[in-house]
Amino acid sequence: MSYITKPVARHPKMPRNALGLTPRDYEGTMSTLCAGCGHDSVTAALIQAIFELDVEPHRLVKLSGIGCSSKTPTYFVRDAHGFNSVHGRMPSIAAGANAANRDLLYVGISGDGDSLSIGLGQFCHAIRRNVNMLYVLENNGVYGLTKGQFSASADIGSTSKAGVANRQGPIDPVNLALSLGATFVARSFSGDKAQLVPILKAGFRHNGFAFVDVISPCVTFNDHKGSTKSYAHTREHMHEVIETDFVPLRAEIKTSYAEGTARAVTMHDGSVVKLRKVDDTYDPTDRGAVLDYLGEVATRGEISTGLLYLEESGEDMHGFENTVDTPLVELPHETLCPGSSALAELQKEWV
Amino acid sequence: MRPTNTRDPQYYHRVVDCQWACPAHTNVPEYIRLIADGRYTESYMLNRKSNVFPGILGRTCDRPCEPACRRVRVEDEPVAICRLKRVAADLRDDVRDLLPTAPAVKNGKRVALIGAGPASLTVANDLMPLGYEVVIYEALSKPGGLMRTNIPSFRLPVNVLEEEMDYILDMGVEVHYNHRVESLKAMLDQDEFDAVFIGTGAPKGKELNIPGRQEADANIHIGIEWLEAIHFGHIDSIGERVLVIGVGNTAMDCCRSSKRLGGTDIKVMARKDRPYFKASPWELEDAEDEQIEILVNHSPQKFVVEDGKLAGMVFDIVEWNENEKGRLVSTKLDEVFIPADDVVLAIGQDNAFPWIERDIGIEFGEWDMPVVDRATFMTTREGVFVGGDAAWGPENIIWAVEHGHQAAISIHNYCQGTPVSERPAYGMNLISTKMGIHEWRYSNDYDPVDRTEMRYVELEKRLSDMKIEAELGFDLKETAREVERCLNCDVQTDFTANLCIECDACVDVCPVLCLTITHNGEEDDLRQRLMAPAENLDQALYVSEDLPQTKRVMVKDEDLCVHCGLCAERCPTAAWDMVEFDLLTPYAGQESWTSPALAGSTTSP
Ligand SMILES: Cc1cc2nc3c(=O)[nH]c(=O)nc-3n(C[C@H](O)[C@H](O)[C@H](O)COP(=O)(O)OP(=O)(O)OC[C@H]3O[C@@H](n4cnc5c(N)ncnc54)[C@H](O)[C@@H]3O)c2cc1C
Ligand SMILES: Cc1ncc(C[n+]2csc(CCOP(=O)(O)OP(=O)(O)O)c2C)c(N)n1
Ligand code: SF4
Ligand code: SF4
Ligand code: SF4
Ligand SMILES: [Mg+2]
Repeated sequence: MSYITKPVARHPKMPRNALGLTPRDYEGTMSTLCAGCGHDSVTAALIQAIFELDVEPHRLVKLSGIGCSSKTPTYFVRDAHGFNSVHGRMPSIAAGANAANRDLLYVGISGDGDSLSIGLGQFCHAIRRNVNMLYVLENNGVYGLTKGQFSASADIGSTSKAGVANRQGPIDPVNLALSLGATFVARSFSGDKAQLVPILKAGFRHNGFAFVDVISPCVTFNDHKGSTKSYAHTREHMHEVIETDFVPLRAEIKTSYAEGTARAVTMHDGSVVKLRKVDDTYDPTDRGAVLDYLGEVATRGEISTGLLYLEESGEDMHGFENTVDTPLVELPHETLCPGSSALAELQKEWV
Repeated sequence: MRPTNTRDPQYYHRVVDCQWACPAHTNVPEYIRLIADGRYTESYMLNRKSNVFPGILGRTCDRPCEPACRRVRVEDEPVAICRLKRVAADLRDDVRDLLPTAPAVKNGKRVALIGAGPASLTVANDLMPLGYEVVIYEALSKPGGLMRTNIPSFRLPVNVLEEEMDYILDMGVEVHYNHRVESLKAMLDQDEFDAVFIGTGAPKGKELNIPGRQEADANIHIGIEWLEAIHFGHIDSIGERVLVIGVGNTAMDCCRSSKRLGGTDIKVMARKDRPYFKASPWELEDAEDEQIEILVNHSPQKFVVEDGKLAGMVFDIVEWNENEKGRLVSTKLDEVFIPADDVVLAIGQDNAFPWIERDIGIEFGEWDMPVVDRATFMTTREGVFVGGDAAWGPENIIWAVEHGHQAAISIHNYCQGTPVSERPAYGMNLISTKMGIHEWRYSNDYDPVDRTEMRYVELEKRLSDMKIEAELGFDLKETAREVERCLNCDVQTDFTANLCIECDACVDVCPVLCLTITHNGEEDDLRQRLMAPAENLDQALYVSEDLPQTKRVMVKDEDLCVHCGLCAERCPTAAWDMVEFDLLTPYAGQESWTSPALAGSTTSP
């Protein structure tokens, strides 16, 4: 852990966004994670994405559970709201917060232990409800915080630091999310910000549950030879299925693509996500085909990355529940709490 | 780009902006750390090794290091490097036992030094310990050159000056005072010396030949001669209304001296506007603090004489504009008469070598100056060397010192039969500062405090006596505050490419966007592709060997690195380390610091 605070000195040429803020204004406190932890790079990518999206810090809500990954909300956007929940329970907190105030921007940070073991049920239901949030799973194949036990995402044959091989089959969160009907499913790598940042931006702009599985190596317990979640293994076996370009609302679309290779998806706020297929048989809107394709890639021992599936027309939790448009905090007290006579009136319906 | 060779001492040297800018390459950050530790004597001795006169320079140095200081780029104001040097000098213990000494048995070589200014004194300092018999000839009755005769005591107390000169002279230098060398030919013909060094400075003050100059002569003074006369007590008063012509550092000393000799209405007359002033900003500040008026865009037209005595001067009031060739030209707008009792001319100095015959093998070139080799300081006559202001015109003390060091190397080579062009190489030591996982042997925490202001003796008292030193110096509290502003630029970020796993931690944590992992390319292109464009071309780019996993390279823009060590703290594999760089500067009589295989550059940058 570093004892000094990050110097306040800044590069004079540091870019400023529409709010006049620099990326450094979106930082949090110094990380207390192990030096070199992939999670810190994901934090840096989030800072970049949030900066580029011109987010007002007080409009952001950061939520997490327990784990090294779940500690990271402390390390970005110090002026945002935050809630560090019980292990695996972040999705419930996110759903509750989102129900109360639908106007804020929600980002949940979780780990493979937090989401795929103790919090698996919570994770599944958040997908089903289609809670409007960006959900980042920092996936390192171990419980980092508790000293490196295999997690539910560890591959068969992947070895622990002590050399013991894992024998139970993994839960692939991308597969799971797809089969549960998630409308935005992506996988990326902490060591590839060029890919990760546009995906995070698109995820923030997605109307509904945007799931991003980020391979994020645990440098202390799972970065050795024999691990399938190490920096070296991930780099060697990464298979980029689709390249993502995020074009914010009102910006000019500069990149041009050969016909048939790219597809533009307009997000609900008007910004555009451009998807360039590396393999032109791939269709990121055909759920069944995507599942098949990913299965094939996985059997070759490769890791598919990119914004793998996107469906921008779905209804989110507020749609299902037919909730009021206004955040509860902005409703007049009389409307929010109409009094005991109104309650009595309501109760008549059920008696 | 090719991988950077950090084993060339000049690469890391260049990162230490102050040391690189210092003509004598003083190890500034290390001396500041020693002060921070309260080790004033060691700090003094470290200074002395390269700049010879820490007490003198801690008050008067021209400070080329300060505008170069990294803090200027990172914030605005440089570390008060010079004033901290004075702290080391003021608080040192008796250092006599630590000083070099001359051996009892001499090496049989006799060297003559002409003039006893800082250039000659440095040559003596370097040659005496090697067993040379050093003989100085000085025209005046005391040593020091312009340091003594022209820098007023309110900036440099005489005891400070004498103590540091005595450290050298007391090694047993033979000095002949009141001995002006009138003929170099005669000296060389006697064949008494194995080598001769000319350190006679630029002794002639420039004239202002405009109407009235002769008639008003009694009240017109040539700045450098006038200051010398004050020093020796020949002048102790001046009229009430004084005009000082020129706005360089000499003008500042003249106006401030006038104020102390009884002048009440003192005006410094500048031909151009502020941005073109030659005086150092701090000297201007000090003068204006002492209620001296500076008038800009006044070009002298004539001296006005009434009843056979100076009555004042007429100035053209001008405006400056760039012509088509980009040169500044003036246009007269008006003229004005300004009354005065005395005028001091401070418009520059010239060299003069009437005592060097032109037929003794010493070639003279442009401006009637001897042709001197930039690296060896030798003239076209073997065995005759020149340094200090005598070499290429007026500079300052620290340049005179560096010339002295280099000339001493040449003189030593020459006397030992080694070609003067064979310069001993620079070397370096690199020592990790790692103490624990995230602990370093230096204070890596960044202190965002402003530069510490100097305090002065109260105005009335200060002006009452020429000998009262105006600056009070830093007290311990101010010192403690200022030392922390130093960014320790000598603690280098040292990279080992094959350890890097490309986790990006260093890139992400760097507060000033120094680091980038990217594909290699040509420098121009690479400079544009970094976390922030590297637009300061004076600052180097470090480029690593190919990284093991992706064959990309680690690139560091040295420009704004604050040497906080966070890259090394966040690196899981210690691919980055913070290593202290110690430049090993060669002096006369020393072997090269590195073996030829490791050798970096051999010339002084
Ligand atoms: C007013 C003024 C203020 C200055 N203030 C500063 C300052 O604050 N900081 C700074 O760094 N620099 C300052 N300088 C410049 C600095 O003093 C000189 O650059 C420096 O002293 C040059 O050193 P030197 O050894 O080359 O020659 P000098 O210091 O000029 O010494 C030359 C010596 O040679 C002697 N000499 C000359 N001819 C002969 C001869 N034929 N025979 C025998 N002896 C001879 C002279 O008497 C003199 O003692 C100042 C200069 C002036 C004029
Ligand atoms: C209810 C509960 N059960 C168990 C734990 C112990 N525990 C803390 S973190 C953790 C696993 C975290 O793993 P993961 O989410 O993958 O995070 P990582 O540290 O790997 O980033 C566990 C089991 C706990 N804190 N609370
Ligand atoms: S234990 Fe692993 S996951 Fe946790 S901070 Fe360290 S490297 Fe990161
Ligand atoms: S020491 Fe490292 S982290 Fe600190 S400014 Fe320099 S390159 Fe950046
Ligand atoms: S922190 Fe160390 S291992 Fe990671 S990218 Fe930087 S130098 Fe390489
Ligand atoms: Mg984990």
